[in-house]
Amino acid sequence: MDYEFLWRPVFQAFPQLLKASLVTIEVSIISMVIGLAAGLLLFFARSSGVWIARFFASVWIEVARNTPALFQLFFFKFGLGAIGIIIDSYITVVMALAFNTAGYMAETFRGGFKAIPGSQLNSARSLGMTFVQAQCYVVIPQVLRAVWHPMTNQFIWVMLLTSLGMLVGLRELSGETQFLYSKTFRAFEFFAATAIIYYCIAKLMLLLFRLIAWRLFRGQ
Amino acid sequence: MIEIKNLKKSFDELQVLKGIDLTVNNGEVLSVIGSSGSGKSTLLYCINALEPIDSGSILVDGIGVHDKSTDVNKLRQKIGMVFQQFNMFPHLTAQENVALAPRKVKKMSKKDAMDLAARQLEHVGLGQKLNSYPSALSGGQQQRVAIARALAMEPSYMLFDEVTSALDPELVGEVEDTMRMLAKEGMTMILVTHEINFARDVSDRIAFFHEGRMEEINSPDQLINHPTSEHTVKFLSNVR
Repeated sequence: MDYEFLWRPVFQAFPQLLKASLVTIEVSIISMVIGLAAGLLLFFARSSGVWIARFFASVWIEVARNTPALFQLFFFKFGLGAIGIIIDSYITVVMALAFNTAGYMAETFRGGFKAIPGSQLNSARSLGMTFVQAQCYVVIPQVLRAVWHPMTNQFIWVMLLTSLGMLVGLRELSGETQFLYSKTFRAFEFFAATAIIYYCIAKLMLLLFRLIAWRLFRGQ
Repeated sequence: MIEIKNLKKSFDELQVLKGIDLTVNNGEVLSVIGSSGSGKSTLLYCINALEPIDSGSILVDGIGVHDKSTDVNKLRQKIGMVFQQFNMFPHLTAQENVALAPRKVKKMSKKDAMDLAARQLEHVGLGQKLNSYPSALSGGQQQRVAIARALAMEPSYMLFDEVTSALDPELVGEVEDTMRMLAKEGMTMILVTHEINFARDVSDRIAFFHEGRMEEINSPDQLINHPTSEHTVKFLSNVR
Protein backbone atom coordinates (compact mmCIF):
# COMPACT_ATOMS: atom_id res chain seq x y z
CA MET A 1 0.00 0.00 0.00
CA ASP A 2 1.58 3.22 -1.05
CA TYR A 3 -1.33 5.53 -0.23
CA GLU A 4 -0.11 8.43 1.82
CA PHE A 5 -2.61 9.75 4.34
CA LEU A 6 -2.98 13.47 4.25
CA TRP A 7 -5.52 14.97 6.63
CA ARG A 8 -4.74 18.63 6.17
CA PRO A 9 -7.23 19.16 3.31
CA VAL A 10 -9.96 17.70 5.50
CA PHE A 11 -9.20 20.05 8.35
CA GLN A 12 -9.01 22.97 5.98
CA ALA A 13 -12.35 22.08 4.50
CA PHE A 14 -13.98 21.52 7.86
CA PRO A 15 -16.05 24.73 7.80
CA GLN A 16 -17.46 23.71 4.42
CA LEU A 17 -18.29 20.24 5.75
CA LEU A 18 -20.06 21.73 8.75
CA LYS A 19 -22.03 24.08 6.57
CA ALA A 20 -23.06 21.15 4.38
CA SER A 21 -24.01 19.24 7.53
CA LEU A 22 -26.44 22.01 8.36
CA VAL A 23 -28.06 21.55 4.95
CA THR A 24 -28.32 17.82 5.67
CA ILE A 25 -29.91 18.46 9.06
CA GLU A 26 -32.25 21.09 7.66
CA VAL A 27 -33.43 18.90 4.79
CA SER A 28 -33.90 15.96 7.19
CA ILE A 29 -35.99 17.91 9.65
CA ILE A 30 -38.22 19.51 7.02
CA SER A 31 -38.73 16.16 5.25
CA MET A 32 -39.52 14.45 8.53
CA VAL A 33 -42.05 17.01 9.67
CA ILE A 34 -43.84 17.04 6.33
CA GLY A 35 -43.57 13.24 6.04
CA LEU A 36 -44.95 12.77 9.55
CA ALA A 37 -47.94 15.02 8.96
CA ALA A 38 -48.59 13.55 5.52
CA GLY A 39 -48.25 10.03 6.93
CA LEU A 40 -50.90 10.79 9.53
CA LEU A 41 -53.23 12.20 6.87
CA LEU A 42 -52.57 9.15 4.67
CA PHE A 43 -53.52 6.87 7.55
CA PHE A 44 -56.83 8.69 8.05
CA ALA A 45 -57.44 8.83 4.30
CA ARG A 46 -56.86 5.10 3.96
CA SER A 47 -59.22 4.24 6.79
CA SER A 48 -61.88 6.74 5.67
CA GLY A 49 -65.18 5.92 4.06
CA VAL A 50 -64.44 7.97 0.94
CA TRP A 51 -63.20 5.61 -1.76
CA ILE A 52 -61.25 8.21 -3.70
CA ALA A 53 -59.29 9.15 -0.55
CA ARG A 54 -58.68 5.48 0.19
CA PHE A 55 -57.50 4.86 -3.36
CA PHE A 56 -55.19 7.88 -3.43
CA ALA A 57 -53.65 6.96 -0.07
CA SER A 58 -53.18 3.31 -1.00
CA VAL A 59 -51.37 4.18 -4.23
CA TRP A 60 -49.11 6.63 -2.42
CA ILE A 61 -48.25 4.15 0.34
CA GLU A 62 -47.69 1.27 -2.09
CA VAL A 63 -45.39 3.26 -4.35
CA ALA A 64 -43.48 4.88 -1.49
CA ARG A 65 -42.78 1.57 0.22
CA ASN A 66 -42.19 -0.70 -2.76
CA THR A 67 -39.95 1.31 -5.05
CA PRO A 68 -36.39 2.49 -4.35
CA ALA A 69 -36.09 5.89 -2.72
CA LEU A 70 -33.50 6.79 -5.34
CA PHE A 71 -36.05 6.22 -8.14
CA GLN A 72 -38.60 8.32 -6.31
CA LEU A 73 -36.05 11.13 -6.14
CA PHE A 74 -35.12 10.74 -9.82
CA PHE A 75 -38.78 10.79 -10.75
CA PHE A 76 -39.34 14.10 -8.98
CA LYS A 77 -36.17 15.58 -10.50
CA PHE A 78 -35.76 14.09 -13.97
CA GLY A 79 -39.17 12.52 -14.55
CA LEU A 80 -41.01 15.74 -13.84
CA GLY A 81 -38.17 17.67 -15.47
CA ALA A 82 -38.74 15.80 -18.71
CA ILE A 83 -42.31 17.05 -18.91
CA GLY A 84 -41.24 20.58 -18.15
CA ILE A 85 -41.74 20.74 -14.42
CA ILE A 86 -38.36 21.86 -13.18
CA ILE A 87 -37.89 21.97 -9.45
CA ASP A 88 -35.01 23.23 -7.41
CA SER A 89 -32.76 20.42 -6.10
CA TYR A 90 -33.31 21.32 -2.47
CA ILE A 91 -37.08 21.19 -2.84
CA THR A 92 -36.88 18.03 -4.93
CA VAL A 93 -35.00 16.22 -2.18
CA VAL A 94 -37.47 17.41 0.45
CA MET A 95 -40.42 16.33 -1.71
CA ALA A 96 -38.97 12.89 -2.44
CA LEU A 97 -37.98 12.18 1.15
CA ALA A 98 -41.27 13.48 2.53
CA PHE A 99 -43.11 11.31 -0.01
CA ASN A 100 -41.09 8.29 1.04
CA THR A 101 -41.38 8.94 4.79
CA ALA A 102 -45.12 9.54 4.58
CA GLY A 103 -45.62 6.09 3.06
CA TYR A 104 -43.67 4.38 5.81
CA MET A 105 -45.17 6.48 8.59
CA ALA A 106 -48.71 5.73 7.40
CA GLU A 107 -47.99 2.05 7.96
CA THR A 108 -46.35 2.71 11.31
CA PHE A 109 -49.35 4.78 12.37
CA ARG A 110 -51.66 1.95 11.39
CA GLY A 111 -49.96 -0.24 13.96
CA GLY A 112 -49.96 2.57 16.50
CA PHE A 113 -53.67 3.30 16.18
CA LYS A 114 -54.44 -0.40 16.43
CA ALA A 115 -52.64 -0.50 19.76
CA ILE A 116 -55.01 2.07 21.32
CA PRO A 117 -58.24 0.49 22.59
CA GLY A 118 -61.35 1.77 20.84
CA SER A 119 -62.78 2.51 24.26
CA GLN A 120 -60.40 5.48 24.56
CA LEU A 121 -62.07 7.13 21.58
CA ASN A 122 -65.51 6.20 22.92
CA SER A 123 -64.89 7.71 26.32
CA ALA A 124 -63.53 10.89 24.78
CA ARG A 125 -66.58 11.12 22.51
CA SER A 126 -68.91 10.38 25.43
CA LEU A 127 -67.59 13.57 27.07
CA GLY A 128 -68.86 15.59 24.13
CA MET A 129 -65.59 15.91 22.21
CA THR A 130 -65.78 15.97 18.45
CA PHE A 131 -63.98 13.28 16.46
CA VAL A 132 -61.10 15.64 15.73
CA GLN A 133 -60.80 16.78 19.36
CA ALA A 134 -60.84 13.19 20.59
CA GLN A 135 -58.10 12.27 18.12
CA CYS A 136 -55.94 15.30 18.87
CA TYR A 137 -56.13 15.32 22.66
CA VAL A 138 -56.69 11.68 23.52
CA VAL A 139 -55.79 9.20 20.80
CA ILE A 140 -52.88 10.71 18.88
CA PRO A 141 -50.77 11.52 21.97
CA GLN A 142 -51.00 7.83 22.87
CA VAL A 143 -50.29 6.73 19.30
CA LEU A 144 -47.22 8.96 19.25
CA ARG A 145 -45.96 7.17 22.30
CA ALA A 146 -46.65 3.77 20.73
CA VAL A 147 -44.84 4.59 17.48
CA TRP A 148 -42.02 6.61 19.04
CA HIS A 149 -39.26 4.05 18.52
CA PRO A 150 -40.10 3.02 14.94
CA MET A 151 -40.59 6.71 14.23
CA THR A 152 -37.15 7.70 15.48
CA ASN A 153 -35.64 4.88 13.42
CA GLN A 154 -37.43 6.19 10.38
CA PHE A 155 -36.16 9.70 11.08
CA ILE A 156 -32.55 8.54 11.31
CA TRP A 157 -33.09 6.65 8.07
CA VAL A 158 -34.38 9.82 6.40
CA MET A 159 -31.34 11.74 7.58
CA LEU A 160 -29.07 9.14 5.99
CA LEU A 161 -31.18 9.12 2.82
CA THR A 162 -30.52 12.84 2.32
CA SER A 163 -27.15 11.68 0.94
CA LEU A 164 -29.04 10.79 -2.25
CA GLY A 165 -29.29 14.54 -2.68
CA MET A 166 -25.82 14.59 -4.21
CA LEU A 167 -27.18 12.70 -7.21
CA VAL A 168 -29.49 15.56 -8.10
CA GLY A 169 -26.91 18.22 -7.42
CA LEU A 170 -27.65 19.19 -3.85
CA ARG A 171 -24.57 20.22 -1.90
CA GLU A 172 -25.52 18.55 1.31
CA LEU A 173 -22.92 16.67 3.31
CA SER A 174 -22.35 13.89 0.74
CA GLY A 175 -22.50 16.25 -2.20
CA GLU A 176 -20.01 18.57 -0.55
CA THR A 177 -17.71 15.65 0.29
CA GLN A 178 -17.80 14.44 -3.28
CA PHE A 179 -16.97 17.94 -4.47
CA LEU A 180 -14.07 18.33 -2.04
CA TYR A 181 -12.74 14.91 -2.91
CA SER A 182 -12.76 15.69 -6.60
CA LYS A 183 -10.76 18.82 -5.87
CA THR A 184 -8.16 17.19 -3.62
CA PHE A 185 -8.31 13.45 -4.45
CA ARG A 186 -8.15 12.66 -0.73
CA ALA A 187 -10.89 10.04 -1.02
CA PHE A 188 -10.20 8.00 2.10
CA GLU A 189 -9.76 11.00 4.35
CA PHE A 190 -12.86 12.85 3.20
CA PHE A 191 -15.17 9.87 3.16
CA ALA A 192 -13.96 8.75 6.57
CA ALA A 193 -14.44 12.22 8.03
CA THR A 194 -17.92 12.45 6.52
CA ALA A 195 -18.87 9.04 7.85
CA ILE A 196 -17.92 10.24 11.32
CA ILE A 197 -19.97 13.40 10.88
CA TYR A 198 -23.02 11.36 9.80
CA TYR A 199 -22.55 9.15 12.81
CA CYS A 200 -22.41 12.15 15.12
CA ILE A 201 -25.52 13.70 13.57
CA ALA A 202 -27.41 10.42 14.01
CA LYS A 203 -26.32 10.13 17.64
CA LEU A 204 -27.27 13.72 18.33
CA MET A 205 -30.70 13.19 16.81
CA LEU A 206 -31.24 10.08 18.93
CA LEU A 207 -30.26 12.03 22.02
CA LEU A 208 -32.67 14.78 21.06
CA PHE A 209 -35.50 12.29 20.56
CA ARG A 210 -34.76 10.73 23.92
CA LEU A 211 -34.96 14.15 25.56
CA ILE A 212 -38.24 14.92 23.82
CA ALA A 213 -39.64 11.54 24.84
CA TRP A 214 -38.58 12.10 28.42
CA ARG A 215 -40.33 15.47 28.42
CA LEU A 216 -43.41 14.24 26.56
CA PHE A 217 -44.13 10.87 28.13
CA ARG A 218 -43.80 11.58 31.80
CA GLY A 219 -45.94 9.34 33.94
CA GLN A 220 -46.45 6.66 31.34
CA MET B 1 -86.35 11.93 31.06
CA ILE B 2 -85.09 9.19 28.76
CA GLU B 3 -87.77 7.62 26.58
CA ILE B 4 -86.96 4.59 24.49
CA LYS B 5 -89.53 3.38 22.00
CA ASN B 6 -89.41 0.11 20.08
CA LEU B 7 -85.63 0.24 19.82
CA LYS B 8 -84.08 -2.28 17.45
CA LYS B 9 -80.39 -2.78 16.83
CA SER B 10 -78.37 -5.41 14.97
CA PHE B 11 -74.71 -6.14 14.51
CA ASP B 12 -74.58 -7.61 11.01
CA GLU B 13 -76.88 -10.64 11.10
CA LEU B 14 -77.27 -10.68 14.85
CA GLN B 15 -80.16 -8.73 16.31
CA VAL B 16 -79.12 -7.68 19.81
CA LEU B 17 -82.04 -5.43 20.70
CA LYS B 18 -85.41 -6.68 19.55
CA GLY B 19 -87.78 -3.84 20.34
CA ILE B 20 -87.11 -2.18 23.68
CA ASP B 21 -89.64 0.16 25.30
CA LEU B 22 -88.39 1.87 28.40
CA THR B 23 -88.79 5.18 30.20
CA VAL B 24 -86.40 6.44 32.85
CA ASN B 25 -87.66 9.36 34.91
CA ASN B 26 -85.55 12.13 36.33
CA GLY B 27 -83.99 11.21 39.64
CA GLU B 28 -84.54 7.54 39.04
CA VAL B 29 -81.90 4.84 39.35
CA LEU B 30 -82.49 1.95 36.99
CA SER B 31 -80.36 -1.16 37.00
CA VAL B 32 -80.23 -3.45 33.99
CA ILE B 33 -79.30 -7.05 34.63
CA GLY B 34 -79.13 -10.12 32.40
CA SER B 35 -76.62 -12.56 31.02
CA SER B 36 -73.83 -11.60 28.63
CA GLY B 37 -75.08 -10.89 25.13
CA SER B 38 -78.55 -9.93 26.30
CA GLY B 39 -78.09 -6.43 24.85
CA LYS B 40 -77.76 -4.42 28.06
CA SER B 41 -74.47 -2.72 27.21
CA THR B 42 -75.60 -2.07 23.65
CA LEU B 43 -78.59 -0.22 25.08
CA LEU B 44 -76.27 2.22 26.87
CA TYR B 45 -74.13 2.73 23.76
CA CYS B 46 -77.28 3.52 21.79
CA ILE B 47 -78.49 6.03 24.39
CA ASN B 48 -75.16 7.87 24.09
CA ALA B 49 -75.18 7.66 20.27
CA LEU B 50 -71.96 5.66 20.31
CA GLU B 51 -73.81 3.04 18.26
CA PRO B 52 -76.31 3.77 15.48
CA ILE B 53 -79.72 2.15 15.75
CA ASP B 54 -81.81 0.29 13.17
CA SER B 55 -85.24 1.54 14.11
CA GLY B 56 -87.29 2.98 16.93
CA SER B 57 -86.31 6.09 18.86
CA ILE B 58 -84.51 7.32 21.93
CA LEU B 59 -85.50 10.71 23.33
CA VAL B 60 -83.39 12.44 25.96
CA ASP B 61 -85.24 15.46 27.39
CA GLY B 62 -87.35 15.28 24.26
CA ILE B 63 -84.40 15.36 21.86
CA GLY B 64 -84.06 12.46 19.44
CA VAL B 65 -80.60 11.02 20.02
CA HIS B 66 -80.37 9.54 16.54
CA ASP B 67 -82.11 12.32 14.62
CA LYS B 68 -79.97 13.69 11.83
CA SER B 69 -80.54 17.23 13.08
CA THR B 70 -79.29 16.48 16.60
CA ASP B 71 -75.86 17.75 17.61
CA VAL B 72 -74.60 14.63 19.36
CA ASN B 73 -71.56 16.39 20.82
CA LYS B 74 -73.90 18.77 22.59
CA LEU B 75 -76.29 16.03 23.63
CA ARG B 76 -73.50 13.87 25.05
CA GLN B 77 -72.64 16.64 27.51
CA LYS B 78 -75.95 15.85 29.19
CA ILE B 79 -75.18 12.14 29.37
CA GLY B 80 -72.13 11.01 31.29
CA MET B 81 -70.86 7.51 30.71
CA VAL B 82 -68.41 5.26 32.50
CA PHE B 83 -67.18 2.10 30.84
CA GLN B 84 -66.18 -1.38 31.87
CA GLN B 85 -62.58 -0.99 30.72
CA PHE B 86 -60.56 1.55 32.67
CA ASN B 87 -60.58 4.49 30.35
CA MET B 88 -58.49 7.09 31.99
CA PHE B 89 -56.33 8.84 29.43
CA PRO B 90 -52.90 7.39 30.26
CA HIS B 91 -50.90 10.43 29.14
CA LEU B 92 -52.66 12.80 31.55
CA THR B 93 -52.76 13.12 35.33
CA ALA B 94 -56.01 12.53 37.20
CA GLN B 95 -56.67 16.25 37.34
CA GLU B 96 -55.86 16.75 33.65
CA ASN B 97 -58.10 13.81 32.78
CA VAL B 98 -61.04 15.49 34.46
CA ALA B 99 -60.20 18.98 33.21
CA LEU B 100 -59.73 18.05 29.54
CA ALA B 101 -63.34 18.00 28.37
CA PRO B 102 -64.42 21.13 30.30
CA ARG B 103 -61.50 22.96 28.69
CA LYS B 104 -61.89 21.72 25.15
CA VAL B 105 -65.64 21.20 24.93
CA LYS B 106 -66.98 23.87 27.27
CA LYS B 107 -64.06 26.21 26.49
CA MET B 108 -63.35 26.88 30.16
CA SER B 109 -60.09 28.59 31.04
CA LYS B 110 -57.33 26.25 32.12
CA LYS B 111 -57.48 27.52 35.69
CA ASP B 112 -61.26 27.15 36.02
CA ALA B 113 -61.15 23.68 34.50
CA MET B 114 -58.35 22.57 36.83
CA ASP B 115 -60.23 23.98 39.84
CA LEU B 116 -63.37 22.19 38.77
CA ALA B 117 -61.38 18.98 38.29
CA ALA B 118 -59.91 19.28 41.77
CA ARG B 119 -63.40 19.71 43.26
CA GLN B 120 -64.78 16.74 41.34
CA LEU B 121 -61.90 14.51 42.37
CA GLU B 122 -62.36 15.65 45.96
CA HIS B 123 -66.01 14.68 45.62
CA VAL B 124 -65.16 11.09 44.71
CA GLY B 125 -62.57 10.93 47.47
CA LEU B 126 -59.45 11.38 45.35
CA GLY B 127 -58.38 14.84 46.49
CA GLN B 128 -54.95 13.40 47.29
CA LYS B 129 -54.40 12.03 43.79
CA LEU B 130 -54.68 15.10 41.60
CA ASN B 131 -51.21 14.75 40.12
CA SER B 132 -51.15 10.98 39.82
CA TYR B 133 -50.94 9.36 36.44
CA PRO B 134 -53.28 6.40 35.77
CA SER B 135 -50.35 3.99 35.95
CA ALA B 136 -49.99 4.91 39.62
CA LEU B 137 -53.66 4.39 40.48
CA SER B 138 -55.56 1.22 41.31
CA GLY B 139 -58.41 0.05 39.08
CA GLY B 140 -60.92 1.30 41.62
CA GLN B 141 -59.30 4.72 41.76
CA GLN B 142 -59.19 4.87 37.96
CA GLN B 143 -62.91 4.16 37.77
CA ARG B 144 -63.61 6.89 40.31
CA VAL B 145 -61.56 9.31 38.22
CA ALA B 146 -63.64 8.24 35.23
CA ILE B 147 -66.78 9.02 37.22
CA ALA B 148 -65.40 12.43 38.28
CA ARG B 149 -64.45 13.08 34.65
CA ALA B 150 -67.99 12.42 33.49
CA LEU B 151 -69.45 14.50 36.34
CA ALA B 152 -67.25 17.47 35.45
CA MET B 153 -69.41 18.00 32.36
CA GLU B 154 -72.39 18.40 34.72
CA PRO B 155 -74.53 15.80 33.03
CA SER B 156 -78.20 15.24 33.82
CA TYR B 157 -77.83 11.50 33.31
CA MET B 158 -75.16 8.95 34.08
CA LEU B 159 -74.73 5.63 32.32
CA PHE B 160 -72.60 2.95 33.96
CA ASP B 161 -71.57 -0.02 31.86
CA GLU B 162 -70.46 -2.82 34.18
CA VAL B 163 -68.00 -0.47 35.81
CA THR B 164 -66.97 -2.90 38.53
CA SER B 165 -66.69 -6.10 36.52
CA ALA B 166 -63.04 -5.60 35.56
CA LEU B 167 -62.05 -4.79 39.15
CA ASP B 168 -60.38 -6.95 41.74
CA PRO B 169 -63.05 -7.92 44.29
CA GLU B 170 -61.58 -5.80 47.09
CA LEU B 171 -61.83 -2.67 44.92
CA VAL B 172 -65.49 -3.07 43.98
CA GLY B 173 -66.76 -1.50 47.19
CA GLU B 174 -65.19 1.95 46.75
CA VAL B 175 -66.64 2.33 43.26
CA GLU B 176 -70.07 1.14 44.39
CA ASP B 177 -69.95 3.61 47.27
CA THR B 178 -69.29 6.41 44.81
CA MET B 179 -72.31 5.38 42.73
CA ARG B 180 -74.42 5.12 45.89
CA MET B 181 -73.44 8.66 46.78
CA LEU B 182 -74.52 9.88 43.33
CA ALA B 183 -77.82 8.05 43.64
CA LYS B 184 -78.41 9.77 46.99
CA GLU B 185 -77.65 13.13 45.43
CA GLY B 186 -80.50 12.53 43.02
CA MET B 187 -78.59 11.76 39.83
CA THR B 188 -80.58 9.96 37.18
CA MET B 189 -78.68 6.78 36.46
CA ILE B 190 -78.85 3.67 34.34
CA LEU B 191 -76.45 1.02 35.46
CA VAL B 192 -75.71 -2.21 33.72
CA THR B 193 -74.40 -4.56 36.34
CA HIS B 194 -73.77 -8.12 37.41
CA GLU B 195 -73.82 -7.26 41.09
CA ILE B 196 -77.38 -8.17 42.02
CA ASN B 197 -77.03 -7.16 45.64
CA PHE B 198 -75.72 -3.75 44.71
CA ALA B 199 -78.53 -3.32 42.17
CA ARG B 200 -81.08 -4.17 44.83
CA ASP B 201 -79.65 -1.63 47.28
CA VAL B 202 -79.27 1.29 44.97
CA SER B 203 -82.04 1.00 42.36
CA ASP B 204 -85.57 2.26 42.17
CA ARG B 205 -86.30 -0.29 39.49
CA ILE B 206 -84.47 -3.24 37.97
CA ALA B 207 -84.92 -4.40 34.39
CA PHE B 208 -84.04 -7.93 33.34
CA PHE B 209 -82.86 -8.36 29.76
CA HIS B 210 -82.90 -11.68 27.97
CA GLU B 211 -81.78 -12.21 24.36
CA GLY B 212 -82.46 -8.67 23.26
CA ARG B 213 -85.79 -8.27 25.00
CA MET B 214 -86.75 -6.66 28.25
CA GLU B 215 -88.32 -9.65 29.99
CA GLU B 216 -89.32 -7.91 33.13
CA ILE B 217 -89.04 -4.56 34.90
CA ASN B 218 -90.06 -4.01 38.48
CA SER B 219 -89.06 -2.76 41.90
CA PRO B 220 -85.96 -4.51 43.23
CA ASP B 221 -87.94 -6.41 45.81
CA GLN B 222 -90.55 -7.63 43.34
CA LEU B 223 -88.07 -8.55 40.62
CA ILE B 224 -85.63 -10.37 42.86
CA ASN B 225 -88.00 -12.02 45.30
CA HIS B 226 -91.04 -12.52 43.09
CA PRO B 227 -89.88 -12.76 39.48
CA THR B 228 -92.61 -13.52 37.00
CA SER B 229 -90.61 -14.64 34.00
CA GLU B 230 -89.05 -18.09 33.96
CA HIS B 231 -85.90 -16.61 32.38
CA THR B 232 -85.55 -14.23 35.32
CA VAL B 233 -85.96 -17.07 37.77
CA LYS B 234 -83.31 -19.09 35.99
CA PHE B 235 -80.89 -16.15 35.75
CA LEU B 236 -81.27 -15.24 39.41
CA SER B 237 -80.78 -18.81 40.55
CA ASN B 238 -77.57 -18.95 38.51
CA VAL B 239 -76.02 -15.80 39.90
CA ARG B 240 -76.82 -16.50 43.52
